[in-house]
Amino acid sequence: MYEKDGEKYFIVDAHSHFWDASKENWVEGKEQFAKGWIDCFYGYHQLGPPETHWDWEKYLKVTPEDFERDMFVEGHVDHAIFQSTYLKEWYKEGFNTVEQNAQLLERWGDKLIVNGRFDPREGDAGLKQLEADAQKYKLKGVKLYTAEWNGDSRGYKLTDPEAYHFLQAAQDLGIKNIHVHKGPTIWPLDKDAFDVADVDHAATDFQGLNFIVEHVGLPRIEDFCFMAVQEPNVYAGLSVVIGGLMHARPKFFAKVMGELLFWVGEDKMTFGSDYNIWTPKWQVEGFVDWQMPDDDQFADYPRLTTASKKKILGLNAAKLYDIPVPQELQLPTSADEAMQPGEELVEDKAGAQA
Amino acid sequence: MSLEPAVWQALGTVLDPELDEPITDLDFVESCTVSPSGEVTVGLRLPTFFCAPNFSFLMVADAYDAVSAVPGVTGAVVSLADHHASAEINGGVAAHAGFVGSFEGEATAELDELRHTFLAKAALAGQDRLARPLVDEGVGPDELAGLTLADVPDSMELRRLRDRRMAIGLPYEDDAPLLIHPDGSRVTAAQVPLHLRRARLQRVGIETNGEYCKSLLKTRYSEEAKARA
Repeated sequence: MYEKDGEKYFIVDAHSHFWDASKENWVEGKEQFAKGWIDCFYGYHQLGPPETHWDWEKYLKVTPEDFERDMFVEGHVDHAIFQSTYLKEWYKEGFNTVEQNAQLLERWGDKLIVNGRFDPREGDAGLKQLEADAQKYKLKGVKLYTAEWNGDSRGYKLTDPEAYHFLQAAQDLGIKNIHVHKGPTIWPLDKDAFDVADVDHAATDFQGLNFIVEHVGLPRIEDFCFMAVQEPNVYAGLSVVIGGLMHARPKFFAKVMGELLFWVGEDKMTFGSDYNIWTPKWQVEGFVDWQMPDDDQFADYPRLTTASKKKILGLNAAKLYDIPVPQELQLPTSADEAMQPGEELVEDKAGAQA
Repeated sequence: MSLEPAVWQALGTVLDPELDEPITDLDFVESCTVSPSGEVTVGLRLPTFFCAPNFSFLMVADAYDAVSAVPGVTGAVVSLADHHASAEINGGVAAHAGFVGSFEGEATAELDELRHTFLAKAALAGQDRLARPLVDEGVGPDELAGLTLADVPDSMELRRLRDRRMAIGLPYEDDAPLLIHPDGSRVTAAQVPLHLRRARLQRVGIETNGEYCKSLLKTRYSEEAKARA
């Protein structure tokens, strides 16, 4: 919990990792990809405040003690959700597997949720694994990285027929939260890999599932917002938005927040620190202190209230994941409730004054 | 006369399709040398190892075409460094293999449609760049819906918008409406507020990506990063 100026915030970090990018874990012959991947993350890491930067070596792999300090002791996090990303083409034991994440469950089981994953290209074996994982870890969510390499394939779409089998299976298994993370590659490679049109279709066809689009579809925030306004079961995962912009590019942070508040709404935005790309402490504290600038160019964006911040920092995700929230910290949110699309926007009838 | 200024000028016409900015402004051109016999060698670099291969390919191929077309240039080698698909891209461009030929089995079409999609995004963002100052001056939806490109004072932004529209077959001449839908039809007064919301969102999207890319490039090629490598 974080307390500031007499207000108490229940913090759910809905997008965090416990990864192993150490050199010992790099697949022989694929070292440049393993290094390229973590170097890319390290580039993002350096967009945080300088005093939060780590050495590259430390960044490769943190200890359970680091995790505990950064999340629960210093980071104000009440509950964290681990997102699994396998990348076994490059990392021998995987970058960030369910098993790795689950090691920490033994120590902090009351504060951690481990999300699973699936890869539609793994066929029946993948379906069986998903079932086993769902039972073992009582999965409520999965993370899908559509740009994951698998043999000769450089990615997939949610609308691939195989992906629909897995989404159906997930729904049948009681997994209701699908975190979608787009990356730079896809099959076929001539398409825009960041396009979220496939999420649009899947969200329409699987009304019982919530689709949390991580880093709000960046670098296609416009496609994401145009889609989210029409699909009530689509959510904005703020990982990378707060971490990558709030300190490094505050003016753009304000614009992106303004756009999200207008198109998606504060009940459908969830905080994620993306640990250990960044630590949660400065993100939580900075976000609680943050206000939309008074400058004219931001004048017609919605404002964030203390209540909006409480929802975004934890209460929305708590509702999606049925995380118990102490009575005095609760607020109503429409997250996880069936709603109508933003009809006035869809039908061109309204919108802000020009 | 040295060919170098003309070669740099040619490189300045090459756009990052996602960011809608010249690769020279983005600092993506790491090196450019011209031999006495007119052989040009260009080195490109990008913000991350995993920048999307299709856009990366377009920049290398467009740079090759732009440089090759400069009078006096006898040959060109354009290579992208530090990228996960450097080998495929550099080899493919040098061999004139096209995108499908460069990524055998991974791609099913050339990149015309992708390019078109991003020019359309740029053409939408450009409407915000031109209309926003008018909105700030108090010009209302009725008047905005009636404006043509001839009514907007000449500027780099206006020329950029005309170029992008021309490239994808949208109306770009003086009588073309300032505010248009993706199919080229005029935006009505009632549609103006939401249309401008969309145009601004598009601009915020492109410009935010640009900010990320510039930050990441700067970090990637900083003194500190070089010392680590």
